[in-house]
Amino acid sequence: MASFTVGIVVFPGSNCDRDVSWALEGCLDIKTKFLWHESSDLNDVDSIVLPGGFSYGDYLRCGAIARFSPLITSLHDFVKSGRRVLGICNGFQILTESGFLPGALVANKNLNFICDDVDLNVITSKGGWFQKLNETQNIKLPIAHGEGRYHCDQDTLKKLTDNDLIALKYKTNPNGSTSDIAGITNEKGNVLGLMPHPERACDESIGGIDGLYTLRSLITQ
Amino acid sequence: MDQFEVKVFVRLRPSVLDPAGEAIKSASSKLGVAGIKSLRIGKMIEVKIESHEEDIKENIELLCDRLFANTVIEDYEYSINKL
Repeated sequence: MASFTVGIVVFPGSNCDRDVSWALEGCLDIKTKFLWHESSDLNDVDSIVLPGGFSYGDYLRCGAIARFSPLITSLHDFVKSGRRVLGICNGFQILTESGFLPGALVANKNLNFICDDVDLNVITSKGGWFQKLNETQNIKLPIAHGEGRYHCDQDTLKKLTDNDLIALKYKTNPNGSTSDIAGITNEKGNVLGLMPHPERACDESIGGIDGLYTLRSLITQ
Repeated sequence: MDQFEVKVFVRLRPSVLDPAGEAIKSASSKLGVAGIKSLRIGKMIEVKIESHEEDIKENIELLCDRLFANTVIEDYEYSINKL
């Protein structure tokens, strides 16, 4: 049986693709494969990461144009099959623009590009993306975004809350996100979108290892 | 086939905070213009398109709804001018 392989999607303007590969291969010994966005064959990979960056230069809206790539069209069947998809930062923006996750990411309330480590509360255990040891599980991950303010209407927020789809909340809201939301999952739990960067927290020498669990969970079936 | 010139206006929905608009409102006051109650930024997209007259509205609706605007956060309106 071929070894478990995580596909990392590369759009024009992606810039965290190699970080994700380094974290998976170097820190977790998980095989990765770069997938150019024009490819629509996802048969060789078992789970997929949409990495951070500035796909298509963030033209029109962040993630708006990436949505039309052949790979994203194939991603619908991939998600339906139950395989796991992780969207980090720009990857989260692409997941909302493509309709895999509800809501939208808009400009930070203070208009600053925020580059910082943030404390987060793990809210849901859905999908097993985070180690949920107790009710007040906290992790620290880096954020780096200008358009990370999660926005949704009240009905959507109620649905997210009632169905336990809120994955992460900021302890101190840095960007004005609705209900402090930093990450959400789909109803099945196999799609996670989050603004923080787990791949930048995978080695003590660069400041922490709280991202390891989420990346390792990509190989859960 | 006819030629059309279309102007699409995309605006953040009233419920969505526009921090860039707030920043420009603040800068505007430095020019000594008083009384600005609200200032919000939108986008205007100009399209020249060849289409059958019976299809033009449907095509523009499709573009607005699926690409030009994200209706989670934005509203749109447009004007169509036959050239």
